[in-house]
Parts: sequence; C-alpha cells; structure tokens
Amino acid sequence: MNLKDDTSLSLAATAYPGLTSGQKVFTFIGFTGLMIGLIGISDSLFSTGLTLSISLSFICVGIIGYSYLLYRKQPAGIKNNYVWTRNLTNRGLTAWMIALILSGFYVLLYFFPKTLGLGDQANTGVISLFDPLSHFIKNKPASQWFVYGVLYTLAILVFGFKFLMKYKHSRYQQIRTVSVMFFQLCFAFMIPELLERLNQPSMDLKNMWPLNYYFFFDWNLDQLLKGGTLGIFLLGWGVAMIFIISPILTYFFGKRWYCSWVCGCGGLAETAGDPFRHLADTSLKAWKIERWLVHSVLILVIIMTSMVIYTYITGHSQVFFLNSYTIREGYGFFIGAIFSGVIGVGFYPLLGTRVWCRFGCPMAAILGIQQRFFSRFRISTNGGQCISCGQCSTYCEMGIDVRSYAQRGQNIVRASCVGCGICAEVCPRGVLKLENGSVDLFERTSIAPKSPKGD
Amino acid sequence: MHILIIGNGIAGITAARTIRKLSNHRITVISSESEYFFSRTALMYVYMGQMRWKDIIPYESWFWEKNKITLINDHVSNLDEQQKSLHTTSGKHLTYDKLILATGSSSNRLDIPGADLDGVTSLYSIQDLEYIESKSKYLQRAVIVGGGLIGVELAEMLHSRNIPVTFLVREASYSNAILPPEESAMINQQIKDHGIDLRLNTELKSIKGNDQGQLKSIITSNGEEIHCQFVGISVGVHPNISWLENSTIDMKKGILVDEFLQTNIADIYAIGDCAEIRKPDEGRKAIEPLWYTGRMMGEYVAQTICGLPSAYAPGIWFNSAKFFSIEYQVYGEINSILPQGQKTLFWQHSDVKKSIRINYTEDSVIGFNLMGVRFRQEVCEKWIATKTKIEIVLAGLELALFDPEFSSNYANEVREAYLKLTGISVLSERKRSYNSVYTFLKKSLRPSV
Repeated sequence: MNLKDDTSLSLAATAYPGLTSGQKVFTFIGFTGLMIGLIGISDSLFSTGLTLSISLSFICVGIIGYSYLLYRKQPAGIKNNYVWTRNLTNRGLTAWMIALILSGFYVLLYFFPKTLGLGDQANTGVISLFDPLSHFIKNKPASQWFVYGVLYTLAILVFGFKFLMKYKHSRYQQIRTVSVMFFQLCFAFMIPELLERLNQPSMDLKNMWPLNYYFFFDWNLDQLLKGGTLGIFLLGWGVAMIFIISPILTYFFGKRWYCSWVCGCGGLAETAGDPFRHLADTSLKAWKIERWLVHSVLILVIIMTSMVIYTYITGHSQVFFLNSYTIREGYGFFIGAIFSGVIGVGFYPLLGTRVWCRFGCPMAAILGIQQRFFSRFRISTNGGQCISCGQCSTYCEMGIDVRSYAQRGQNIVRASCVGCGICAEVCPRGVLKLENGSVDLFERTSIAPKSPKGD
Repeated sequence: MHILIIGNGIAGITAARTIRKLSNHRITVISSESEYFFSRTALMYVYMGQMRWKDIIPYESWFWEKNKITLINDHVSNLDEQQKSLHTTSGKHLTYDKLILATGSSSNRLDIPGADLDGVTSLYSIQDLEYIESKSKYLQRAVIVGGGLIGVELAEMLHSRNIPVTFLVREASYSNAILPPEESAMINQQIKDHGIDLRLNTELKSIKGNDQGQLKSIITSNGEEIHCQFVGISVGVHPNISWLENSTIDMKKGILVDEFLQTNIADIYAIGDCAEIRKPDEGRKAIEPLWYTGRMMGEYVAQTICGLPSAYAPGIWFNSAKFFSIEYQVYGEINSILPQGQKTLFWQHSDVKKSIRINYTEDSVIGFNLMGVRFRQEVCEKWIATKTKIEIVLAGLELALFDPEFSSNYANEVREAYLKLTGISVLSERKRSYNSVYTFLKKSLRPSV
C-alpha cells in the first residue's frame, strides 16, 4: 500500500456496500426494459408501439426506482463515498465499456444512420421501433434525430430525478435541475416537434448561435424566411437571443443562466453525467489547453458563419481561396459531430461530463468572456474558513481549481464556471457561495473586502 | 538569507509562501512525512473514496520550482543552534540564517494495558491513514475512544465502509466542554442517527489481545467487554518537541515563543501546533493546534522575518468542523456553560438539525455558534469587533446568511425566537444581497466611531 500513487487508497471491493434487494429489483426491471427494446429492434414482428412503450417505461421505472431507494433515507448533504474506488466512476472496465457503447452510438447516429435502420421507404431496427411514437407526435415516420431526441430527453428526465433525490436538501440544485428538465422537454423536444407537425418552421428556441452553428445556414434561413410570420419571428428571436437577451442575462447572472439552467448539453452533463463530474482534469496544463482550444473553435465558427452568410447574400461560394461549403461541412463533421457528440458525450465516463462545454463550445466561450469581464456573477469565499481540502476542485466539472482561490480568500471569477454550485455543496466548511452583485463589478477578482488572515 | 523551515504542514508552508511573496530569500522546507504539502484535514476523504491522494495536495509540483522553494523529504535528527545548522538522518548537513520550527504535533496515547497492541491507532498522519487502511478489511467491529473531532471523523470513515462502530465518550455528552448543551445533544443524536453505537459517560479501561497478540476486545469503565479488531484513539495531540530536549530552546508543553513567535534563541521561530505562546491573548490558549492558527502564525512569522515585525494577533476566534453532515461554524466567544453577565439567543430548526446561537451582553454581541447553517465570517467579526448591540445585529441578520441561493431565510425565525425570549420585536432592515453585504463591509474599513 502506497499512498503516493495517483489512484485512490482502496481498490478493495469491500469498500462498496453493494445493492439492496430493492435496488436489485429495479436494476432488473431496467435491464428487462432494455432487453424488450432489443427484441423490438431485432424482430420486426415486435417492432410496435407497445414494445417501445413497455421497453422505455421499464427502463425509466428501473432508473427512477433505483435512485429513489438509493437516496431516500440518506441524511441531508452529499456523500461522494466510493467515487474513486468504483469501477464505473474511476475509469474502470465498466466506464470504458460505457464510453465505447456511447461513442459508438454517436458514430452510427451521425455517420451511419442506415445501420440504425433509417430507410428511404420504411424504417427498420431501432428507428422503426420509434415510428409509432413519431407518428403520434408529428404524423411522420421517425428519423435518427427523433430517436436521439427521445432518448436524450428521457435521459435528462430520469437522471434529473436521480439528481433531485441526491441533492434533495438543496433548493438551488432542485430549482436548477427542474429548469434543465423543463427546457429539454418543452423547448428542445416538444415545441420543435409540434411545430413540425403543424408544418411550421421548427426551431429549438433556446439553442442559439454559435452552439446552434447552422442557424445562418442557407436551408435554415430559407426555412425561416419562407415560414411566414412565425418564421420571421423565429429569425428575429434567434438574432435577439445572440445580441440582446443573452448578454443581458449573462450580465445579471453569469453564464450559468444558460450553461447549467437551460442548455441541453449542460442539462445532460448535470443529470446523466453527474456521477462523472470529478473526472475533469484540474491541472494548470488542462486550463491552458482549454483556453487555446475553446477560443480556436470560437474563431472558427465566426469565420465559418461569416463565409456562409457571404455566400447566402452574394451567391459566391468561393471566399478568397476557401470554399464556404467545404468549411461548413468540415465544421459540422469535426466540431458538430465528432467533438460535441462522439467525444463530448461518448467520453463522459473517461474525461468527465463537460469536455465539450469546456474545451469546445463556442457559445460557452462567448458567455465566458462576458462572464469574466462584465458580469455580476462570482463565487465568493467566506473569510479565512478554507481548509484547502480540495473537495471543490475535485467535484468541479469544469476542472477549475476552486481551492486555489478559496484558500487565498479570493472570489472566483472564471470564464469557464457554469455556476452549477456543486463546489458550494461539497465544501465541508461552508466557504463558497454563488452570488450576483454589481457594487464591485471591476474588482471582483480581488481579495474579499476584509480578510486580513485570508492570505 | 537562507530561511529553513522544518515541517511542511499548513503553518510551515504558509510561512514559506508568504516569505516568497514578500522577499527573494532562499527558502528550504524539510519534511519527513510527505514530499509535498497536503491537506491534513482531508485525509478522511481519501479513505472514504471521495478524493484521491493527489486531490488533497493543493499545489502542483511545478509550483515549488516556480516559486523557488526547495523541498527536502528527510528527517531532521539534531539541531546545533550555536552553529546555526542541522543534520538529517540521511546525512545531510544544512545551515540557516533563520529557522522556523513548524513540526506540528502527535496524537496522545492512552496509558492503559494493551495500548501497544496491533490494531490500536490514532489518525494524524499519512502513515496513520495507511495503517488504518491496512487494518480495515474484515473488521467486525471498531471502537473509537475520545470525544474530539478526530473521533467523529474516524467514526464516519469506518461507517463509510459499513464497519460497525462503538464510540466511547468520557463526557456525559459529545464535546460538551466546547459546545453548549443543545448543540452537543444535536451531535449525539447525529452520531446515533448514523447507526454508531455511542456510549456516553464511558471510558476505555483496557485493551485485550488473544494468545497470538491480536486485538480481541476492550473493557470499558463500566466493566463491559466489547469485541473488536480495531481501536481508534482520539484523545488530543501534543507538540512534537521531544527531538529538541537537548537543545537550549525554552520549552514547556510546546516550544515557548514571544509575541513575534520567536523562541529564546535569536533567529529561531516556532509556529503552528508545536508553538506555545508565552503570554496568550485573553480567552486564548497558549497552544492552539488548529489549521487556522497554524496558517495565521505562518503569515505573521513571514512578515516578521521579512522585516515587517508583526506581533501575532489572531483576532476574533473562529473555527469550523463537520460532524457527519452537520457543518459547524463558530465566531467569537461561545462557552459551553454561559458565564455570568452573558445572555444567549438560541434558535433550532423544528425538523432538521440546524441551529443558530447568538451570545451577547447588554452592550454587544460576543459570539455566534452555527450548526447546519452558514454565516459570513467577515460580517460576524465586524459585529463583534465594533461591539454591536444584539438588536442591531438581529435587524441586519440577513447580511450574515451564507447558505446557497434560494435557501430558507432563518433570520426571521431567529428574530421570532428573540421576541419569545425577551418580548422585543425586531424588524428586518437589511437585504440578503451581495451588494448590501459589500456596502456594510466596506464601511468597516473606516475607523469605527
């Protein structure tokens, strides 16, 4: 036994108490649902609405029941026991397998939807299993994106429930989680699908450029411009979100109003990704990579979008020596699909849940610049109470070394902070608090007003 | 100038960092416990699997190189204060211009039969934690002895591994020499709620081994025998000074220092757990083995050494802890038994374990004791330092609330408790916002009238 390893102390299986019989029952129900789903996929005879309903509801009941039993009797406060000793949450075999399955799913989804059963005439496989639901909601057969939307939304809802149970003592976490669940269900899923059913231009009202990098693509602009009053409204709304609504909200509340309260990527990270938040790299090196990478993507999306708009207006696809279609396809492939999907979600169990948000999302980059220089938001530190334990840094999903500020009695004003508030939850000494205040807008990063012993 | 620091705990490392901020002196830190500074208070989280060993190390390795602080992982064997030099066990010979002793403390041992048996330990160092880890497998029961913070931490650690724990506390209620009765009772309940077998008014009489010399059971002061394979002792700490017995440095329980944290020998200072203040401030102890005092002493001694002589003035008392999931904060003077002339306002949540206690006199508030509720240190300190009357504090109690956003505003309930207690109704006059807190604290920078 040597403490000086990177790994945690106890890899002994005795550390983890295992499942109660109730939890085993719900685990069984969940896996049964999965099996039923697989039967529905493999045999077209069973590819019915009933199969899908049973499968999905069994999976949901399994996860919800399991979470309920897990946290029901736990006293207030978060206990992240065994996090670094369990296979699943410490990059063990289970974690690698889940990563492989998830990223594999994304590869199929983005690049080989036919293998998932997308058909020109009729669907088969997974996609056909979702046909009845798709017909019910929007009177059309399912597409791979419909399947993805349903699964994504369900993941946020059921793991959102788990999160609500885990943080049942904290109203901030409760309200924030209900918010991401609401925006995913209504704004990201139901409203766009219903608009489609009504043959109206469809849009996720909260998904703004540049996260929604195709907002200015010709097909989207055409859809909106030809979509009558609603289309014009949606176009105006999208532009207003970028230039008016988002800066105002970020000034008042920091980027958290979006990243951990509204955004779908953030929503999945905060709910389904919660067990992996500690895997974010906290080193200075990671911070350096983060700043280079995320701002490069921001520059790239600005160049790409400018070229796309130029082409839309002038009809010329060639801008200097670059072809705007090539650039746009390249961005969609490497950033839109590989980075945000395959790596961003697929690698949750290996790199933590905010890889995309931290290293890639150009929206987060813009909001971050504003948060750093012109926002009332900061995390304040309670005098000299920090004991440098590092819980805050360990459980920061954005890999911010919160402790390095807290132990100096300094406010934390970092571009990448999404304001999830977990640092304040796990702090054993009540040192951190998320706050908004205008009085010290340009001195937020200085040492707190009176903390002679803080540093 | 070469400044040598023995000990890389919070006191020694804070001294090194502060000296570096103030000067370009050569700095060397020696420790035999660990290569790098780590957060001692977080050792329990490593055991519980909440953090890895590297997560409780606050500075990455490049930090020391960048700040030109030399770290030596070695044990100091003897000191030659006349020659201003010392030897290490690996044979190194080091000289210094200024020496800072920050050697910390060690756990007290119990002088009872069986105290040396394998399976009996305290929790202080990394080595202790490694030992506890090595003993943790296949434990059927562990017994924890002593009503200090380490005792609760040990209980929580073992509990996290589903090891049944019996917790012996000598007093009639947990930590009742420090906590007032209601808070103490709350912690008793908290310990029991976690399934710990808490035995109050019970001491450890002896520890018994079997024929193979393995720990078998303990006998309590009531004569009861409890079978166990592990005994955790938490009966306080004592300064690590035995290695200085042959030196000319003045010592009592700890290394005696003046208000500049200097020993009787010029250019030798002592800080942190190992230091004993010759004339402590009123209401303060000569030895205060705490993270916070270690850190403050490190800052003061650094200033003094760097030519800004600063008499150690720890200011208004504060401390914090966590008992399972109950956070505890204290600011100012809180006695377990209310002294003459003091009054107490106590509010307790009706369902969950939360309480707020404000002690005060006719003229001023003097102390805040918080359980499961977070208060702002700076605000409480300002109220105490500027001798603010209880009713003014109550009217502005929102300023002190530090619980996360959307948390309940307990200020109203505290004011109601005051109304019940005294018949005086106080209305809320302040907002909970950061702006109002900031404005309030900024005013405190001006000299008070």
